[in-house]
Amino acid sequence: MKPQSTTRRRFLKSSSALAGALVIGFWLPETRGRFEARAQPQAKTPIPPNAFVRVGKDGSVTVLVKHLEFGQGVNTALPMMVAEELDCDWSRVRSDLAPAGPEYAHTGFGMQMTGGSSSVPESFDQMRTAGAQARLMLMQAAANQWKVKVDQVHTARGFVIGPGGRKLAYGQLVDAAAKLPMPDKVTLKKPGQFALIGKPMRRLDSRDKVTGQAQFGLDVKRQDLHTAVVAHAPVFGAKVRSFNADKVKAVNGVTHVIETAHGVAVVATSFWSAKKGRDALEVDWDLGPVAALSTESLRTQYRQAAAQPPADAKVARKAEHPDAMKGAAKTIVAEYEVPFLAHAPMEPLNCTVEVRGDSAELWVGSQFQTVDQAAAAKVLGLQPSQVKLNTMLAGGGFGRRANPVSDYVVEACEIAKQAKVPVKTIWTREDDIRGGFYRPMYVHRVEVGLDAQGAIAAWNHVIVGSSIVGGTPFEAMMVKDGVDPTSVEGVADTPYEIANMQVTLDTTRPGVPVLWWRSVGHSHSAFVMETMIDELAAAANKDPVAYRRGLLAKNPKMLGVLELAASKSGWGAPLPAGRARGIAVHESFGSACAQVAEVSLEGDEVRVHRVVAAFDCGLVVNPMTVEAQVQGAIAYGLSAALMGEITLKDGRVQQSNFHDYRVLRLPQMPRVEVFLVPGGEKPTGVGEPATPPIAPAVANALFALTGKRVRKLPLGSTQSA
Amino acid sequence: MAKFFVNGEQVDFRAAPDTPLLWALRDQLGLTGTKFGCGMAQCGACTVHLDGKPIRSCVTPVSAIEGKRVVTIEGIDHTSQGHVAKAVQAAWVDKDVVQCGYCQSGQVMSAVALLRENPKPTDADIDRAMAGNICRCGTYQRIREAIHAAAGSLRKA
Repeated sequence: MKPQSTTRRRFLKSSSALAGALVIGFWLPETRGRFEARAQPQAKTPIPPNAFVRVGKDGSVTVLVKHLEFGQGVNTALPMMVAEELDCDWSRVRSDLAPAGPEYAHTGFGMQMTGGSSSVPESFDQMRTAGAQARLMLMQAAANQWKVKVDQVHTARGFVIGPGGRKLAYGQLVDAAAKLPMPDKVTLKKPGQFALIGKPMRRLDSRDKVTGQAQFGLDVKRQDLHTAVVAHAPVFGAKVRSFNADKVKAVNGVTHVIETAHGVAVVATSFWSAKKGRDALEVDWDLGPVAALSTESLRTQYRQAAAQPPADAKVARKAEHPDAMKGAAKTIVAEYEVPFLAHAPMEPLNCTVEVRGDSAELWVGSQFQTVDQAAAAKVLGLQPSQVKLNTMLAGGGFGRRANPVSDYVVEACEIAKQAKVPVKTIWTREDDIRGGFYRPMYVHRVEVGLDAQGAIAAWNHVIVGSSIVGGTPFEAMMVKDGVDPTSVEGVADTPYEIANMQVTLDTTRPGVPVLWWRSVGHSHSAFVMETMIDELAAAANKDPVAYRRGLLAKNPKMLGVLELAASKSGWGAPLPAGRARGIAVHESFGSACAQVAEVSLEGDEVRVHRVVAAFDCGLVVNPMTVEAQVQGAIAYGLSAALMGEITLKDGRVQQSNFHDYRVLRLPQMPRVEVFLVPGGEKPTGVGEPATPPIAPAVANALFALTGKRVRKLPLGSTQSA
Repeated sequence: MAKFFVNGEQVDFRAAPDTPLLWALRDQLGLTGTKFGCGMAQCGACTVHLDGKPIRSCVTPVSAIEGKRVVTIEGIDHTSQGHVAKAVQAAWVDKDVVQCGYCQSGQVMSAVALLRENPKPTDADIDRAMAGNICRCGTYQRIREAIHAAAGSLRKA
């Protein structure tokens, strides 16, 4: 399919040739909700048709999922939304990942991408409309055949039913339906009419994933496929001065040694040969300015800047009365620190590239198909339309596969272009842990002024850390008045009613590449806000739940999850000796999540036994997935809270693999109980919002247990404060 | 040259003898169900059975498995322990365990090995047997539930 030049008629014609299927495409050029402000302008020219639903002659229904499936369940949720309106037999529904294409653009961001916990919210109307259009065309085809009006027919689980009980299976109507015009208007069901949406449905991809059949990027097989392993710079920004490949060429299977913009690649006929070749490579690096960097020096610099913001620091939120602090009866000052964090998805980064003259094909588990396709085209000297990007299943991502500068995709293309053979570039775990694009390190300094009654009179909040979008193509779109919103989200827009809040941002440039990491800015802002709120509750001698209730009176969503978590956890009820509870509540990606953690200490080790999570994500599409995402988001946040940290010394990352970049293992997993707030008209974010509350919930539980405040993560840090 | 058996078939492996079994399976035999996660026996994504015991194929050179029998996720259903594997896989599907799914071949192989040795594992037994298999999606709670469910279904069978 060449969407750019295809008219609808040609499209339908060519698509019916596609295994005799009815292919439904449409465009929904609206933006809405939180994406509106960030959306790029939509094209005014006619939008090419696109394809989301294929009904086969055998009655099978294939939904093309435009997002990356990397665990969050879009391969099931999006088909559910289509099937709800199509009224087909769910057991005949399959899903496939869509390739890169303009027809698969995010309805809010205007490019194809997966992020911001937006996949279900942004495609909720789009997928249901696709299902409804397909159903109407099948109904019309049946009505034509029976010579009745379309309103005399209805559907039932994959059949069109006509007057007198006549019935035709969808598969029998495919050819006739494909010749009909696309209906402009369809009426979608109201939430009360849903038969599938809202029901717990098992994933469509489980069987393939428990039998080893699922195809991830790393599993791509091609004729004459080579493997590249790259010697990356030992220090961020270092450049290759020279290299000696004499010993590399002695390794059996090595075919090429190729210099790229950021390293030297060894290409071989197998991974092991490429890896051995890389190990034998001698590279002389020009280390550059980052060679002196250490976490310790950054900490000193950040803490100084937090205490005394530099002149070029930006105001992200202005207090109504800047002098309010002076009138405070009492002030509380606290300084917080969170480290760089690697995403460490289970599947190491990889990208397969095949260049064929004036076209190329990529296989990659990309969260940013549009960006990666364009970046690949640029490296290969092609137009984006000449680059076919196949979206592969990804073994996790958590933001790492959504890189505005397409680092690992660009590298793979550089290698394949020079090698002139199909190449799969594979990162080792060490490459991943040391490869940068971390959640930034931040220091927060919070000064809260209390009046004589203990109420908040003023709040001065300084955040120091690097900008995720700074220096990338996203900067112009997202940074306003020098403030990267991802640095201050969850603080500057806190749902708490706080008088005279001033938020200052000092954006640093330490030379360490940074990126969004599951829940982005909320991954640190919730920790700071929720431990400080807890501290203020203690200062006011109030129960942490009651204190929060007082600050959330006008926010029913936050209040709702707060009360639900408190009641389900038995908040206030006695616990066995040596255990304590802590609570945290945070809003992100349109959803609110409250968590109560029960902890104990075994020696120095923090044990989290139970987490009760109350979650309001609006209209729930698949409760079975939502529960899994809340459990998983808590596990991901716990890894970071308990032990996650990337540190630097002499410019070098000190961690390298799972033995020293430790992550949560099964014995450490708490029992997580998830309670969903029912109702809601539209879905809001699911994949990320349960990550932010866990660190502060655990920190607040530790305070309840020990009387000591936690202001630095991870709890088991090897670094001195 | 190393000779060993993979899923019942003899393999004559001609590449370097220090090649880890993982890469022999993936690159030479095209069996990509066994996954690469860390390369140093830290994450368990590469778990296969060697003469019936779970091992980390990423640190097991082919030179060390001369004459031995390897079973991978692709072959586990068809062994004498196939009923255990099928019960584990069915429980995984029923409990909707998987998310990204990348670690799950290894998780399933470890769980099958556990249930073969111990048909009624306690939570502590599960902790011990599964601690070496990392899941970054955090499916641990459902893994625990699925192992108990599989054990229950095997006892009934």
